Amino acid sequence: MDPLRRSPSPCTSRPPSPRTPPCEMLGHVGIEAVLEQLKIKAMKMGFEFNIMVVGQSGLGKSTMVNTLFKSKMWKSTLPGLGVPMPQTLQLQSVTHIIEENGVKLKLTVTDTPGFGDQINNDKCWDPILGYINGQYERYLQEEILITRQRHIPDTRVHCCVYFVPPTGHCLRPLDIEFLQRLCRTVNVVPVIARADSLTIEEREAFRRRIQHDLRAHCIEVYPQKCFDEDISDRILNSKIRDRIPFAVVGADQEHLVNGRCVLGRKTKWGIIEVENMAHCEFPLLRDLLIRSHLQDLKDITHNVHYENYRVFRLNQSHALPRGPGWVNLAPAPADLTATPGPWKVRWQAHDSSDEEC
Amino acid sequence: MAVAVGRPSNEELRNLSLSGHVGFDSLPDQLVNKSTSQGFCFNILCVGETGIGKSTLMDTLFNTKFESDPATHNEPGVRLKARSYELQESNVRLKLTIVDTVGFGDQINKDDSYKPIVEYIDAQFEAYLQEELKIKRSLFNYHDTRIHACLYFIAPTGHSLKSLDLVTMKKLDSKVNIIPIIAKADTIAKNELHKFKSKIMSELVSNGVQIYQFPTDEETVAEINATMSVHLPFAVVGSTEEVKIGNKMAKARQYPWGVVQVENENHCDFVKLREMLIRVNMEDLREQTHSRHYELYRRCKLEEMGFKDTDPDSKPFSLQETYEAKRNEFLGELQKKEEEMRQMFVMRVKEKEAELKEAEKELHEKFDLLKRTHQEEKKKVEDKKKELEEEVNNFQKKKAAAQLLQSQAQQSGAQQTKKDKDKKN
Repeated sequence: MDPLRRSPSPCTSRPPSPRTPPCEMLGHVGIEAVLEQLKIKAMKMGFEFNIMVVGQSGLGKSTMVNTLFKSKMWKSTLPGLGVPMPQTLQLQSVTHIIEENGVKLKLTVTDTPGFGDQINNDKCWDPILGYINGQYERYLQEEILITRQRHIPDTRVHCCVYFVPPTGHCLRPLDIEFLQRLCRTVNVVPVIARADSLTIEEREAFRRRIQHDLRAHCIEVYPQKCFDEDISDRILNSKIRDRIPFAVVGADQEHLVNGRCVLGRKTKWGIIEVENMAHCEFPLLRDLLIRSHLQDLKDITHNVHYENYRVFRLNQSHALPRGPGWVNLAPAPADLTATPGPWKVRWQAHDSSDEEC
Repeated sequence: MAVAVGRPSNEELRNLSLSGHVGFDSLPDQLVNKSTSQGFCFNILCVGETGIGKSTLMDTLFNTKFESDPATHNEPGVRLKARSYELQESNVRLKLTIVDTVGFGDQINKDDSYKPIVEYIDAQFEAYLQEELKIKRSLFNYHDTRIHACLYFIAPTGHSLKSLDLVTMKKLDSKVNIIPIIAKADTIAKNELHKFKSKIMSELVSNGVQIYQFPTDEETVAEINATMSVHLPFAVVGSTEEVKIGNKMAKARQYPWGVVQVENENHCDFVKLREMLIRVNMEDLREQTHSRHYELYRRCKLEEMGFKDTDPDSKPFSLQETYEAKRNEFLGELQKKEEEMRQMFVMRVKEKEAELKEAEKELHEKFDLLKRTHQEEKKKVEDKKKELEEEVNNFQKKKAAAQLLQSQAQQSGAQQTKKDKDKKN
């Protein structure tokens, strides 16, 4: 990722240090034109976004992706009809280029059919972790080349949407295990899938219980509290954190409601409108993922998760001398499921650099 | 566990059409918002002789008064002075660093004038490379000090480039974006200026100096960049003083024969320079520095350290293999050195031991000798003592004998006298 394009987060806005005195300008110079230049360059290069959806089959993952991006990313799979259940967890990726108002986005969606479907689901998160770490590894290898490409293709998973089945009780052990392992490696956004089977009160109770469970197990989902940059961010993100996990309903068929054509699910007792905030919280999810926090997701992946992975990899060769000028790289272990340490590594670096500032 | 990732058989990316408004067209805005909160960095290097108007031009460009004292002409060598300033315009914060070459062109022998400049530029690249190679790094927090643009001030002689200029520019063209400008352009008449400019450009081309090319691949800026490139090198005039022209104040230089207005395009190319440098291409300058000049430096530096991407059989070499090989080599060398040192140590010890033994032997011999001498002397002394005693004895005997004789003589004398007396009587 071009470091000039990538916006640096998290970082506190720095006041002018004594060595850089602020200067009064007596007239218009035109520095703000650099924003326009930045925008033009960014639009020319295009954007990349990689999203992964994890959940048991039948929770509506493919439909949700189609609804989010308003296109037929995926053929919605109908359960049971002749499609054999995969015996092991397989990851499937599709890549599309979508364009809106001149902005090109290369979107990669990775699906995980077979997750949590077996009788014994032990270690079913390993292939997923392996895939995520594999993408980090690919990026790292590109980055340490002598002759590198101008723009390193970014296949790292920026966001992982985890579908929680709407039991209405609390998180299951499988969910907790998975979330614990993954929240340290990638940005995880949990959602309550198929929320149309819960009433509003049941939803709220379920949400509170899930939040309680997440706190009890120290699972930090996106947006993470420790990466809030300033007050306005914290306020905005607190509001979001209050509503996580969103109760969503996915639909890719349009129906006529009050003369308007809306996306929704038609049932005998009514039509559930996907984009209606009173019916489900799909707009919140869409806004979070696409309209307001997409760049932030990418930044945290690049600045935090990827750096953690890099530190972990470079530290694997213990006996080699360390320090600037030495690039330590032992062969990647066959088992890529080892997760790097907790965020303490990253947070300390942030603190020390804060002092330097 | 092998991860099977199913991908569609054709790797071509499909273009998908959207059936509604998704909303990711706000992406560029999200990006820009984040960038403004961090602020931008821009570093300019001004290369030119003392007194050619570098500080004044900077003041004029950024419409402010950067505090600095004019340099003297007595500098023994070229040194670089960097100063950072924070500028803010609406919501954009710019951290501007201006690097000045103090003493450039003042020495009698200007052979090494370019060296401090090249070293400074390389040092900034090196600092960034070090940060990038660290294990725990914080690149997004890093204060980028790499030079994004180099303004080369050409003296307005009206003839051609000086050889110092050519040499310096040739050394800098692969390390930094060079924008040549003609300083103090109010001393050149218009027709002479045109000839001067074309002479300079042809000299640059014939000497293979690669100056910064304004990018023409972007439709929005291609046109303006193309028209501006024709006017290279920009002939600029700098001034921070305001003169009343017509009914408003403008930056200008007042002469008895007229007023040279800085922002008048007929008078000088200052406006063009400001457009190109700040308003149109600042981002491109930064990107070129990072993706071209810095990458070149990085590649050379890493290759120098012995890392390669592919070995002669064109199998991709991972950095780690080269590294392991180098490490083993290094360790082997270390071990050899250690062995050598150990052997030398052992040898030295032996030598020292031998020396010491020798010394010991000598000491023993000396001691024996001394002992013997001592004993001999003792014996001599004893002999002498004995002799002395003998003599003393002899002397005593003699003395006793003499006394006896004397007493006998006395007696006999006395007897004689008595006899005599008796006779007489």
